[in-house]
Amino acid sequence: MAFKVLNPGLFTTVQDLGRPGYFHLGIPVSGAMDRFALRAANLLVGNDEGAAALESVFMGPQLEFEIDATVAVTGADMPARVDGEAKPGWTAFKVRAGQVLTFDYLKGGARIYIAISGGVDTPPSLNSRSTYPIGALGGVEGRPLAIGDVVQLGKGVGAKEGRSVPENLRRMPGSPVELRVLPGLYWRLITEEAGRNFFEDEWAVAPEADRMGYRFRGGRPIEFEKRDQPFGAGSDPSNIVDGCYPYGSIQVPGGTEPIVLHRDAVSGGGYFTLGAVISADMDLIGQLQPHTPARFVKVDMETALTARHDRRSLLDKVRESLS
Amino acid sequence: MAMKQILSPLPGTFYRKPAPDQPAFKSEGDSIAQGDVIGLVEVMKTFFEVKAEAAGKLKVFLVENEDPVTAGQPLADLED
Repeated sequence: MAFKVLNPGLFTTVQDLGRPGYFHLGIPVSGAMDRFALRAANLLVGNDEGAAALESVFMGPQLEFEIDATVAVTGADMPARVDGEAKPGWTAFKVRAGQVLTFDYLKGGARIYIAISGGVDTPPSLNSRSTYPIGALGGVEGRPLAIGDVVQLGKGVGAKEGRSVPENLRRMPGSPVELRVLPGLYWRLITEEAGRNFFEDEWAVAPEADRMGYRFRGGRPIEFEKRDQPFGAGSDPSNIVDGCYPYGSIQVPGGTEPIVLHRDAVSGGGYFTLGAVISADMDLIGQLQPHTPARFVKVDMETALTARHDRRSLLDKVRESLS
Repeated sequence: MAMKQILSPLPGTFYRKPAPDQPAFKSEGDSIAQGDVIGLVEVMKTFFEVKAEAAGKLKVFLVENEDPVTAGQPLADLED
């Protein structure tokens, strides 16, 4: 009941829906960067939506199966092959014991989710199997997969092959990607002009972007209102007295390059935040390649909540189509 | 003469040198053995070695040092 890792690709980790509830202790939520894609992959193979699967960024792994299983690959466009035979994305297919799953070059998006019937059965830590490498939590010994790892699978009957998520229910970022932002508590620290520039400028994903944060560059630097830095804040105008960083919040160290904090981010610190990318758009960020052009779009709370509702409806449609 | 290409396995930024103050891994005209490193692609603060999958002579680089590259993009032409 396992598969063997012949090649891990660039960075393949076990991820489920994460470990909420420990952020106040500095332990991030972790979990899939594109949770919609993870849920869809699990539904396709007959698992619980929150079962642990593999997340691979930019390059797929090579996996040899020791058992027969149903597999589905969702998220990025990176064609899968079983013993060389091409398999469609967002669709359940069978892999027999002894067969090898490989991947072609990435064609679009950034992260694939590989769900396997029964789910990945690594030991949970703090109620989740999600890998948080910096804290050595979850996954295989708290680290990304490595050559030679034998990864256990749970018991699962496996859904039949050929079931597919309809194309109109798949969601991928456009180019430029539009990320909706709700301005936050510290908006008052920047000049009116800087606030306008932030939403007018075209940004691009920096190559450093990872599971902790997505960095953007290319827009004009943020100018700050003059103020005496309060006791406890550093001298740089982008510093504040330490505050909390919610999932999706946008910090701009030194006022130059915005960083959207993602699943493995720290929970607090001394940089001001412009606001937060709305929850409905966080999955899209997980599918951005370096150098992708991006724009930030200002929205209000009502729009953010409507967008969240729309995302839930989309997921409900996927559930219905696969039930 | 058969032409082969070395493709970038992943998206990121292409570098021809192991470090800014060191010489390039390979120059145009060099002989390449299978498995030789011809450059690095940097992404997510990780440097991934690009290796030749076949032997040959490096005819020409198709991208500049520090150019952004996409997965599957040709980086260099090889000839037998």
